[in-house]
Amino acid sequence: MNVEDGKLITVFGNLVTAWVSHFAMLNSVAYCERPDGVKLLSEVVRIRGNEVDLQVFEDTRGLRVGCRVHFTREMLSVSLGPGLLGQVFDGLQNPLPQLAKQAGNFLTCGTYIEALPSKRKWHFSPTAAVGAKLSAGETVGIVDEGIFKHHIMIPFQMMGEWTLSQLAKEGEFTTQDEIGMLENRAGVRHPLSLQQKWPVKVPLAIGKERLLPFEPLVTRVRILDTLFPIVKGGTYCIPGPFGAGKTVLQQITSRHAEIDVVVVAACGERAGEVVELLREFPELTDPRTGSSLMERTVIICNTSSMPVAAREASVYTAVTIAEYYRQMALNVLLLADSTSRWAQALRELSGRLEEIPGEEAFPAYLESRIANFYERAGCLKLKDGRVGSVTIGGTVSPAGGSFEEPVTQGTLKVVGAFHGLSRARSDARKFPAIDPLLSWSTYQGIIENSKTATAMALLKKGDEIRQMMAVVGEEGTSTADFVTMLKADLFDSVYLQQNAFEVVDSSSQRERQQTVFDVLLTFIRTPLRVDDKAQARQAIFEAMDLFRHWNHQPFGSDEFAAAMRDVDAFIERQHSVEAMDA
Amino acid sequence: MRKFFDHISRVSGAVITVHATGVGFDDLAVLETKRGASLAQVIRLEGDEVTLQVFSGTQGVSTVDRVRFLGHPMEVPFSDNLLGRILDGAGRPRDGRVALQDAPIPVGGPSVNPWVRRLPDKMVRTGIPMIDVFNTLVESQKIPIFAPAGEPYNALLGRIGLQAEADVIILGGIGLRHDDYLMFRNLFASRGVKSRTVMVVHTASEPTVEALLVPDLSLAIAEAYARKNKRVLVLLTDMTAFSDALKEVAITMEQIPSNRGYPGDLYSQLAKRYEKAVDLEDAGSITVLAVTTMPGDDVTHPVPDNTGYITEGQFYLRGGRIEPFGSLSRLKQRVNGATRDDHRAIMDGCIQLYSGYLETMEKRSMGFEMSAWDGKLLKYGKLFESRIMDLKVDISLEKALDLCWEILAGCFEPRETGIKRELIAAHWPKVRGA
Repeated sequence: MNVEDGKLITVFGNLVTAWVSHFAMLNSVAYCERPDGVKLLSEVVRIRGNEVDLQVFEDTRGLRVGCRVHFTREMLSVSLGPGLLGQVFDGLQNPLPQLAKQAGNFLTCGTYIEALPSKRKWHFSPTAAVGAKLSAGETVGIVDEGIFKHHIMIPFQMMGEWTLSQLAKEGEFTTQDEIGMLENRAGVRHPLSLQQKWPVKVPLAIGKERLLPFEPLVTRVRILDTLFPIVKGGTYCIPGPFGAGKTVLQQITSRHAEIDVVVVAACGERAGEVVELLREFPELTDPRTGSSLMERTVIICNTSSMPVAAREASVYTAVTIAEYYRQMALNVLLLADSTSRWAQALRELSGRLEEIPGEEAFPAYLESRIANFYERAGCLKLKDGRVGSVTIGGTVSPAGGSFEEPVTQGTLKVVGAFHGLSRARSDARKFPAIDPLLSWSTYQGIIENSKTATAMALLKKGDEIRQMMAVVGEEGTSTADFVTMLKADLFDSVYLQQNAFEVVDSSSQRERQQTVFDVLLTFIRTPLRVDDKAQARQAIFEAMDLFRHWNHQPFGSDEFAAAMRDVDAFIERQHSVEAMDA
Repeated sequence: MRKFFDHISRVSGAVITVHATGVGFDDLAVLETKRGASLAQVIRLEGDEVTLQVFSGTQGVSTVDRVRFLGHPMEVPFSDNLLGRILDGAGRPRDGRVALQDAPIPVGGPSVNPWVRRLPDKMVRTGIPMIDVFNTLVESQKIPIFAPAGEPYNALLGRIGLQAEADVIILGGIGLRHDDYLMFRNLFASRGVKSRTVMVVHTASEPTVEALLVPDLSLAIAEAYARKNKRVLVLLTDMTAFSDALKEVAITMEQIPSNRGYPGDLYSQLAKRYEKAVDLEDAGSITVLAVTTMPGDDVTHPVPDNTGYITEGQFYLRGGRIEPFGSLSRLKQRVNGATRDDHRAIMDGCIQLYSGYLETMEKRSMGFEMSAWDGKLLKYGKLFESRIMDLKVDISLEKALDLCWEILAGCFEPRETGIKRELIAAHWPKVRGA
């Protein structure tokens, strides 16, 4: 595979420069060989005459001037095929469990392992006929992968039309076995197997056309689904200061989202958080399929202490795997946590390359890179007419918690929904700490916009009254305004806030949200039967207690119905008195 | 490789450039000057120019001084003889005893494969209710104490160090005032924990570059003990001094600063150290408790800001108390479900009411009329501050929870607390009085 060997001339952190005599290709893969023979994976990032700059995806400790660098003609790619689901990879698609088996507790430099299990046999059933004329992305057969039918497709890199000259009969194959042969008009033959490769930095979207995403993606987080919805094929971002609950929100979403496949990219964040996923997901069952959550999940994990360059690659690895499953007409959700760490990796490299810095020393191309990344989401109509989608949700960790910084601003321009977390809310233990007055969504969710507008108006009004009251005091506020403010508090407290650690409350399905929201709307519109502020406060406490109790009852249970009757009765009491007064 | 190189072409800040060949990146070297020998580390290779960071500074370095490369990265001798010892930032003994000659272990090694990490599930009891009840410390957690200058952070660090259960305590002092160094030394000696303590101390008067090595040395030693099945507690103070040392070196190297002069890789540098905290599946654990002083009491300053994104929560120390707002132990949910059924409810309820109290205080200071509800909040807030928040309080978790119920019952009707009905029924004190 080697096309040329070069020699190292400089080493500076993870950026090295090699001298080559003639061949160099941008983004191609190279290996820097340490004096002890260990080869470190690298990528060409800049070419200047005979000097080629490379970013090394490993610790460069021990590299010397004069070390050999082996260049290849391949771009950094991932392996795609059955066996991706349920796996835990590092940013370069090395499976971590196998790495631990081979290298022990610590990550050692220069150990690379095949991403897909090479010995495992898969049951293959052909669907295409021999002699069929096919092009890239069309299905030739099916493999059962857990709960999904995994399509084996014509390699995406194959240009033009090909004739399927041979295809294996139904049977058991490994990803290494040959299952068929393609031939084009020029007589070029290309063997088929269950797996293929795709360069991570090139978007993978092979189909008829991109569609406008519209189908709501139910996350079972009330504030999201009701007020700031996301859709299958859409994009959203979650910026927030540390401790505001970005990662917890992502984890809840990865658990409860009503979607086929979830790809989690833990990019430059804490290892501990990934371990939670690793240990808990296999134990959790997906209520929609009855099997383990892990069967629909792929975890890409390049935590903060792992090499920075691989962090940059990890989000691309993740999105490529997401796109691959979209090619099978599945709905995929990619959760990237956190895109700021990815941006920082770009900044570190840019600094070492001595490029002219932009704002806060981020490179000038930061915004276009962010835009390119989010644009890889979308609804895709495949060649056979079926539809798949990739939804991307990225967290942003703004420096100092200020949304004015380049990564947040660059992201806001290109996403369809913005879930801004605020420290004020997390300090007050209001979780999820999404600020309803700050956030927005351009999508239509599971509850009509006309209804949610009422709730939004109430929240705004409540906030105004609270601010006014801070100036004029409670005595300067009318009882009517005071009641409005308390109602806004109640809506916030019993609906927008959700306890992630209570089994029932943590996951609120579509119908439940619709039911509860309608009752809340009635409550909001019903004038309270109170004479003064003290009574108002007591009435709201009572109502809050009723709603909260309702939140803890499983949907569809007798207790749920009983709790609902209690709430209805409370609202009814307000009405009846009103009638009496009249 | 015992060859000398004596062609030093550049001396700037703590960094020198020497012409040499066959040198590995990150390797260690010895620089011999008239003032004696100092260790140095390779930070850049460019052709035959080798750039080194000199640990004890470059004062008095001449262009004809000699550099000898050791052919390996930074190491520290390790064995059980290390217990009770005090080292300096370059790994030399500073307790007047002979240098250790045991098998050296590498410093700044690779990180743990996330796959082999255990889920943390052991609570570390400290006897401080603001930690035990509200932000429980968990074994293998990494958590900083954010404090403005002048707060008793070192005293708090020392107290947690002594009271928390651990087999080995490692203190890494970075830019420590000499008085504080003596305070820690005497504290550990007087409380009889010296025999399971290792101190790696760099004081403010010593060369900046040595400060950079303290966390790495401390954590390498911690890792070696953890591999030997020990539960290790690493105390680092102060990580802001460490970051400032990073800044100093980066600027000397003419790197483009990102925010307030700090290098763009500050996050990665800090994360590399903090992420050493681990609970290993088949060995011991490392818990990291670090002090980060906040210049100007500003949490958006790059050092506390980046730290907050890395660590698993933070304790804010302000006005001599651990602040309930902002303070957070991210791992508490892993352990506080198994302590007592009311732990979580008390944790959330008490803080929400305390936040109401602060709002009322604000209203009162502006001269507004106090409602009956405000009166209740005021009573509650005062009790909560004096009986729970005060750092002098030293009681067990269970006693602290009982005390919280008592305070709540003395101030509110059950419904006003927002706590679940079942818990109220089980725990609400029958006899009033707080």
